[in-house]
Amino acid sequence: MKKLITLTVNGKSHEVAVEPNETLTDTLRYRLGLTGTKKGCEVGDCGSCTVVMDGKPVNSCLVLAMQAAGRTIETIEGMETEKGLHPLQEAFVEKGAIQCGFCSPGMILSGKSLLEKNPNPSEAEIRGAISGNLCRCTGYQKIVEAIQSVKSE
Amino acid sequence: MSRFNVINSRARRIDTPDKATGRAVFIDDMSLPGMLYGALVQSPVAHARIVGIDASAAAKLPGVKDIVTAKEAGMIKYGVSPARYDETLFCHDKVRYVGDEIAAVAAVDREIAQEAVSLIKVEYEELPAVFTVEEAMAAGAPQLHDEYPGNVCAEVHQEFGDVEKAFAECDLIRTTTFKNKRQDAAFIEPMGCIAAYDLSGRLTLYSSTQVPHYVQRTVAMVLGLDVGRVRVVKPYVGGGFGIKAAANSGEMAASLLSKRTGRPVKLTYSREQVFMFGRARHGFAHTMTTGVKKDGTLMALKHECYLDGGAYSSFGIATVYYAGSLLGGPYRLPNMKYDGFRVYNNKPACGAQRGHGGVAARAAWEQQLDMIAEELSIDPVDLRLKNMMQAGDTTCNDLNMSSLGMEECIEAVKDGSGWTSKKGKLPKGKGIGMACGFFVSGAGYPIYRSDTYHGTVVIKLTEDGGTALVYTASAEIGQGSDTTFAMIAAEALGVPLSSVRLASGDTDMGVDLGAYSSRQTLMTGHAVKEAAEDVKAQVLDVMADELDVPADKMDIKDGKIVFTAGDVDISALRTRYIKEHRGWIDNIEEGPLTFKEASRIAYLARGSIVGTGKYKPPELGGKFKGAAVGTSPAYGCSAQVVEVEVDMETGHIKIEKMTDAHDCGLAINKTSVEGQMHGSLSMGLGEALYEEVKFDEKGRVINSDLAEYKIPTSLDMPNVDTIIVESDEPNGPFGAKEVGEGAIMPTIPAILNAVYDATGVRIFELPLTPERVYMALKKAKKKNA
Repeated sequence: MKKLITLTVNGKSHEVAVEPNETLTDTLRYRLGLTGTKKGCEVGDCGSCTVVMDGKPVNSCLVLAMQAAGRTIETIEGMETEKGLHPLQEAFVEKGAIQCGFCSPGMILSGKSLLEKNPNPSEAEIRGAISGNLCRCTGYQKIVEAIQSVKSE
Repeated sequence: MSRFNVINSRARRIDTPDKATGRAVFIDDMSLPGMLYGALVQSPVAHARIVGIDASAAAKLPGVKDIVTAKEAGMIKYGVSPARYDETLFCHDKVRYVGDEIAAVAAVDREIAQEAVSLIKVEYEELPAVFTVEEAMAAGAPQLHDEYPGNVCAEVHQEFGDVEKAFAECDLIRTTTFKNKRQDAAFIEPMGCIAAYDLSGRLTLYSSTQVPHYVQRTVAMVLGLDVGRVRVVKPYVGGGFGIKAAANSGEMAASLLSKRTGRPVKLTYSREQVFMFGRARHGFAHTMTTGVKKDGTLMALKHECYLDGGAYSSFGIATVYYAGSLLGGPYRLPNMKYDGFRVYNNKPACGAQRGHGGVAARAAWEQQLDMIAEELSIDPVDLRLKNMMQAGDTTCNDLNMSSLGMEECIEAVKDGSGWTSKKGKLPKGKGIGMACGFFVSGAGYPIYRSDTYHGTVVIKLTEDGGTALVYTASAEIGQGSDTTFAMIAAEALGVPLSSVRLASGDTDMGVDLGAYSSRQTLMTGHAVKEAAEDVKAQVLDVMADELDVPADKMDIKDGKIVFTAGDVDISALRTRYIKEHRGWIDNIEEGPLTFKEASRIAYLARGSIVGTGKYKPPELGGKFKGAAVGTSPAYGCSAQVVEVEVDMETGHIKIEKMTDAHDCGLAINKTSVEGQMHGSLSMGLGEALYEEVKFDEKGRVINSDLAEYKIPTSLDMPNVDTIIVESDEPNGPFGAKEVGEGAIMPTIPAILNAVYDATGVRIFELPLTPERVYMALKKAKKKNA
């Protein structure tokens, strides 16, 4: 039996009918069409479904849509500004931190979350902040460099 | 200053802004109107006769639109190599591993499809199963395939030179046995597809694949459709590493369901299904005997290898050949004997993964070479340099090293790592090790025997002038091939990268064998270059007519027409162009004639300007059986130094530093080259330290998730020093060759050699888990006590 909830995603309020056992990932992807949030494992291991909920990065596959009702959710689609890419997105492009791109939305959101709390993180802090986001292509180095490159801005 | 305008740079990738913003479309991001959801019925047992299938309850479930079994799918055999087509879409007589596909359903949503799967009752008569090479080869062992007695899927017996005679002349002969474990490629995006069969009897299959071309052929063959009626389109792909380099059962099942229902069918694999599907790196057991002279001169290698193949062949025929042939270089080795056996058992099939067939063999041998160096009191670097082949040399098994920057790579990592100040001088628990390796820049022959071009490319200039549209069926899977080809097109045509638009991954665009065997930069790159040169020649030909200047006295550079024999009056042409754009405010009034103007004039003279390019390698390799496997127009090569710290109490290994030099020929995009090196090292580190697909006694994968199957995280990977070495490859476009797989070759043995340097203990089995290292240290302590 579906329930009607209100989700605030990227500053916009959405009324959606969801199943009680529906994950936030599926609601974002299949009901709101926000497919930038990826599905790599559906059990919280890979981090590709990372979104920012009330300022904290979470695996949206481990959050039920019902639990997200009334909270503030930020997805990758909310990062672009009128001026174009967010500086962190720009850095990922510039530094070659993206290969297949499947982990990138989650990775970028984990990085952004870190930078908001800690604008000048050390390399170890950056590595810690993205340790829940698996990447099989890049070996992480260029991702770390990308996050580092925007830290003082 | 580079002599090029576009290539050999750090150009931004053309696909990554979309990937950074979530706009890039991957298969599960797509949906089509009226789409159904497919799901597979898979065997829960490893080996059993199918007594009966009862789908009546599932068929009655509201929302279920179709159910297919072998009865509907037919018995057409497929596989990777036509020499071993040993699979049917669905099992009809028996199942051979946990996960073997028996049926598929299509329903109006995912949940109903899953429920229908659970309602399909399959009655099994269980058969005894075998799970290891030893069990499968034992006398009287249960047989998987009637056609392959003794469970031997394939065997190879090759000898080059005379190994026994060479051994008789050796001063030192050493034998070691080495084992790795089955891998999972652990790409982050599981496989998935959408099949859409239309009213005119044509199938469009969107799939997360590395090889649209091979998928097109296999799906057409299995469904009994004309190849021309099947179009395969690849959206962005979240990594493949070899496992997505052949058609999978989901693609065929979705296509069949769509054909029958007339509706699009989406079928995606769960992470657990990815593990059950397997097709990643084999488990190998190598026994190698190497003979050398006192001065370190390599004389002979006798090599025996057993592959844990799983239930079907997949890529395994090529794998068992590669496991032998890729030891032919990069050292001068006059005598080599190889006996390889790929063995069936009741586990998922193994296939190809980054460094296909060569990774475990390379690890085994490079560790053994280190042991020999130590016995001869020769520095491991010097032993390797002493035996290194030179550009132009041919291996004993007929692989020609048309370029080989191996010495430069070794010198680069030696200097870059501080080898001389560290080797043998680090405190107990800390160690340094090195190794080398090489890999093909594209398989010399297609997977099916054919005279086909390996890549065809079309470039069309837009009729307004100014933009080159590149159409290629090649596969961008994350490695950056779209950008590479856009850069090659821009360079060859003489325009800025921003004047090129590229579309790829669609079988309607031509033939391209796809992203495997590190082939695209060299092979598709050649075809792109040729097509760009064709277009350029056509434009200049029109200019020659219009301006009465010989075409060979003109060129296109950075988007401008260049006249090499003095000034030419272009005002008439410019006036014509401007007249076509009356009232436009961006017309060029002065300065050199632009490519945009010239290509518009060319269109006015001749209609659409379309250029084509194609590539296939010349005939390569020797005449012996299996000579094709290992051939390539060029070889990339790598040297690596790794530093480790080993906790002597717990056996825990920390990788402290990795220095890698790779000869990729001319680097088209240096950032992407480094990206491939980083990724290779990361995958190699994972395989060396953590990764192993594990099974219970019933043949079920027990770590079918990314928590228990451990790949390196950001906390496990050290920063890596990557050095690009650029030899001039005569067979590559602009001198370019591979980087995607050669770079993984030295990683594992460099780690093994560093661990020995740190502990004084050799370990001959992967992965180097703390437990395995601890036990090895304990055993050595006991022996020395």
